Amino acid sequence: MLSFDFDYFRPETLNEAIDLFQFLDQQGKQPMFFSGGTELITLGRINLAYTEAVIDIKDIAECKIMQVSGDQVLLGSTLSLTKIEEANLFPLLTKTASEVADHTARGKITLGGNICARIFYREAVLPFLLADSQVLLIGPNGKKIVPINEIFQGQLGLEKGEFLVQVATENRFIRAPFFSVKRRQQWDTGYPLITIVALKVNQQIRVGISGLCPFPFRSKEVEGALNNIGQSAEARVAGAIAVLPQPILDDVEGSAEYRLFVLRNLFFDLLAALDRVQV
Amino acid sequence: MEVIGKSVIRKEAVDKVTGRANFTHDFHTLPMLSGKMVISPYGHAKIVSIDTMEAWQVPGVRTILAGDRFPLTGEAIRDRPPLAVDKVRYHGEPVALVVADTPVQAKKAADLIKVKYELLQVVNSPTQAFQKGAPLVHERLGEYKKEEDSLPVPGTNIATHIKIRKGNMEKGWADSVAVVEASLSFAPSDHVAMETRCATAEIMPDGNIIIMTSSQAPFMVKRLLSDYFGIDLGKIIVHTPLVGGAYGGKAPVQLEVLAYLASKAVGGKPVKIFNTREEDIITSPCHIGLDATVKLGVNRDGKIQAAEIRYLWDGGAYSDKAIDVTRSGAVDCTGPYNIENVSCDSYCMYTNHPYASPFRGFSHAELSFAIERTMDLLAQKINMDPLVLRYINAIMPGNTTPTRVLLNKSNVGNLRKCIEKVRELIHWDEGSVKEVSDRLIRVKGVSCSWKTSTIDIDAPSGVILTFNRDGTINLMSGVVEIGTGTKTILAQILAERLKMDVDNIHVKMEVDTQTTPEHWKTVASRGTFMAGRAVLKAAEDVLDQLKEVASCVLRAPKEDLEVAGSRVFLRDDPSIGLHFKDIGHGYKYPNGNSIGGQIIGRGSYILRHLTHLNPETGAGKPGPEWTVAAYGVEIEFDRRDYTYRLVKACTVVDIGKVMNEKAALGQVMGAMSMGLAFAGRETFYFDELGRVLNPQLRTYRPLRYGENPEYLVGFVETPQLDGPYGARGVGEHGLMGMPGALGNALSIAAGVSLNNLPLIPELIWKAKEAAK
Amino acid sequence: MKTYTGTLNVNGESRMVTVRSADTLLYTLRRMLGLTGSKPGCLNGDCGACTVNVDGWPMKSCLMLAVEAVGKKVTTIEGLADTPIQKAFVEHFAFQCGYCTPGFIMNCHSLIEQHPDADDHTIKEWLESNICRCTSYFEIEQAVKSVLKKT
Repeated sequence: MLSFDFDYFRPETLNEAIDLFQFLDQQGKQPMFFSGGTELITLGRINLAYTEAVIDIKDIAECKIMQVSGDQVLLGSTLSLTKIEEANLFPLLTKTASEVADHTARGKITLGGNICARIFYREAVLPFLLADSQVLLIGPNGKKIVPINEIFQGQLGLEKGEFLVQVATENRFIRAPFFSVKRRQQWDTGYPLITIVALKVNQQIRVGISGLCPFPFRSKEVEGALNNIGQSAEARVAGAIAVLPQPILDDVEGSAEYRLFVLRNLFFDLLAALDRVQV
Repeated sequence: MEVIGKSVIRKEAVDKVTGRANFTHDFHTLPMLSGKMVISPYGHAKIVSIDTMEAWQVPGVRTILAGDRFPLTGEAIRDRPPLAVDKVRYHGEPVALVVADTPVQAKKAADLIKVKYELLQVVNSPTQAFQKGAPLVHERLGEYKKEEDSLPVPGTNIATHIKIRKGNMEKGWADSVAVVEASLSFAPSDHVAMETRCATAEIMPDGNIIIMTSSQAPFMVKRLLSDYFGIDLGKIIVHTPLVGGAYGGKAPVQLEVLAYLASKAVGGKPVKIFNTREEDIITSPCHIGLDATVKLGVNRDGKIQAAEIRYLWDGGAYSDKAIDVTRSGAVDCTGPYNIENVSCDSYCMYTNHPYASPFRGFSHAELSFAIERTMDLLAQKINMDPLVLRYINAIMPGNTTPTRVLLNKSNVGNLRKCIEKVRELIHWDEGSVKEVSDRLIRVKGVSCSWKTSTIDIDAPSGVILTFNRDGTINLMSGVVEIGTGTKTILAQILAERLKMDVDNIHVKMEVDTQTTPEHWKTVASRGTFMAGRAVLKAAEDVLDQLKEVASCVLRAPKEDLEVAGSRVFLRDDPSIGLHFKDIGHGYKYPNGNSIGGQIIGRGSYILRHLTHLNPETGAGKPGPEWTVAAYGVEIEFDRRDYTYRLVKACTVVDIGKVMNEKAALGQVMGAMSMGLAFAGRETFYFDELGRVLNPQLRTYRPLRYGENPEYLVGFVETPQLDGPYGARGVGEHGLMGMPGALGNALSIAAGVSLNNLPLIPELIWKAKEAAK
Repeated sequence: MKTYTGTLNVNGESRMVTVRSADTLLYTLRRMLGLTGSKPGCLNGDCGACTVNVDGWPMKSCLMLAVEAVGKKVTTIEGLADTPIQKAFVEHFAFQCGYCTPGFIMNCHSLIEQHPDADDHTIKEWLESNICRCTSYFEIEQAVKSVLKKT
């Protein structure tokens, strides 16, 4: 139950949404773009989120797009994760997204919502980071297309009044061999202890990780160590562990030391799965 | 038997699959106001000030309760203010209560109440609480009103101390060739009934107080409200509709008190308090934690000679029901083994944790983990098969319990038979470890348990039967339908006794303390036993009345009459007889003359021969009978990652008599799921301020579909002569052995002794690292 | 606007409501429309007790604003009658306390509609969205599979 009130708007075009935001912002309404809205509802009920104006963007055509166009797959930001899984246009994304929350909740959680979430796991972004995807953003200064690896540093670098419209991914990445594992504190339920996602492109392994640090990341340094083909698997894994970003999470899901233990083994599994694959 | 044992469809089944089954929160009227608690964000802190000024400005606010000194509450010791005063003693403790027209307004106002706290030193475990010089949770422990058999120690954090002294410990140790000692521990956790607790209260102009509550103990609500506030018992009317899961967590009385105080503050208007999930987890009573040390000595033949046990129960901030749990843990402290020399100290400790309530098994799942892990260590030490060790020490008729009750063929089940059946079901003889691959192994662990129900020695149960004009019967019992299907089983008992179709018996699901005969509390797997006995007595009453009228009409002596198929008839000529519909509401002769009247049957039952325990030795008869069970768990363990999968779980319980097969299986399997979740995943994580860091279902995680193992359930039927058709209690037993069996399997698999719960892979990893 | 007045399509009927924009669908169903079959278990999208069916798919009604349901077809447990899955729940004893049951049935019902040939993996993926604290899940599995087989 939300104890604060807000105005609810449902614009039909991108420009309408952008204009509304600026207008409402000027009025001091702390407007919020909303697609699945699960975070506003769940964080709002414990007073960790607040707004006086909700701009629901899920009726905007560009945000709902899901199509293969030329050598690209276009996915709109307001598609629910369930919808994306059912269509299965990007198998690595399907696999990774299918581990987020639970199936029914994923019918409400959207792609954009997960990528821009405040709860820091944001696992749906990992496949796009590995696939060098492009994001289409819109804001007060109009549309822009940016490589996701440029604008996503732990979180999507949106400016005020901007939102994510689409993500475009090239087919060659979509067909590449992959590895995606989510390890939890126990069994099959809960936040990730570690979610690790990998893609093999041009004989090089790309790796994205969520749950290790208070942000999801793809690290060139980690990839460099893992791709050190001349070395033993042990040396490559040790090299990767040595260049991890910091801090390592230490919380109720698991201690930092234990997370590193889990990650180490996952690195070996990843190498075992992808090393011998020829692309 | 015609009806007993059959999987009769539950009487409330259709309501439950169509969304028509109503629970407390589903009853809402327009004038009903909403209460919202302000709860403590800290484990232990002085309340410096409470500012309600801004909160009063919220439209719709009718009252705000804060800072008032209401009478102290609590079952065994009156140690709990309904709303905290002076200081808060646990994270989640209610500090203020807002009443407003709508839930939104109430929350809005509650969020605006500013409470200033000054942090106090936190007592974060029962072991810490037990240390000399530990901060005191209750400074005035000696001044509280209390029950006679609560034994608090003022100046300490000991809320009660139960002693068991049986036999001669010196002799026991002298006769032992091997001794093991272990320390085991786990933090509090939660029941997580899917329906969070809810209570409403309204005070009528005539002074009647109408309560509705999702409770296992509506009659106790009535008694306690009367005690706490000096209200006439008859003026308190408690309604309990269907309850959405309870598992012991809805036996304590808490929200009812707040709802009553709230209603009183707004001139008697109806007020509802409905827990959020977070409040249900931390504010309302939780599942008790335990720090245990167990020492066992064994002779050359593998017979246990001595047991020295210390249980430090984490009763939390207020003693309430934890004192009874502590006593119950002492009574069955050894597990189901015949041990002549026993010394046990069971302490209920105050800590700055959410306070404890009963949890399915009432201390027995907890103590079983401690005992059963130690049993495996013992088996390992003397190099004996752990199932054999349990078999040769299994308690039997002729043995005595720790409180010196002499067991006989009726008051204890057949544990050896249970063990034999588990041995078969889990293929124990194929070995407890099987290699699957270089990383994976399949490992089995076993355990046993027993339980008597240490309920109040004068606990009653009553049943009323009334006839409808069509000859069908209404059955009214004070048992609350919390999910166990007990009321359907009561109908089966009645149908069996009257030899009639169970479809012709209507069961009143709701309890209303004004018109429903009392059933003490729907706890301790006692519903079938006690209410079943009351049904049988009421059935006798009805039979007598039916025959009385029929004897007159049929002009035959009562002794010549028989009852079956909703008819009373002549034994030697069944064609001559009367249908219930012709006599259930009196008999009308052709000329209009009538005799009899509505037949109303009554039956009541009270447990016999129970006694208080001797405070020095523990000697006494705490419960009527002991149900025993044996268990096995098979896991698939990854030796590299320390992760595992639950493959199979097995319970064989001596149930006395299977009353409703599918319902019994459901009870046992459901309890097993809960036990595995408790053992494998569920716990509160506390920080240094005593805050529970995981009070939501996304961080506190019950078992989900597909995480469960394959279930193997077996029943042994050793009739309990006093039970209806020989039945014993069974609602809790599937749970009790799971932590021990899982802990044993994992300890074998990992090659280290795992003495803590929950058994998550990180715990195993830590134990392995420490052993390196 | 802070409140919305208009119609919701629930169980095949158009129902006029006035709600706060911030009201969840669950609150609206229960409090405004008296449809108390959908249960609050966590109000946080974690437990599934409030699951309804929106345009054919399962939806946790505590995670959806009522205003978001405008123009959609909402089915609650009260909208099902004599369906095979309800009968299967009764026959297989797939509930005890019954509190999670409406949500579980709505999820199972949606699964049967969307994937009548669902395999074990799909069944698990869908049904792990709901918590049942009483039963072993064994009976629920039996119930849902008995219906899937028939269709």
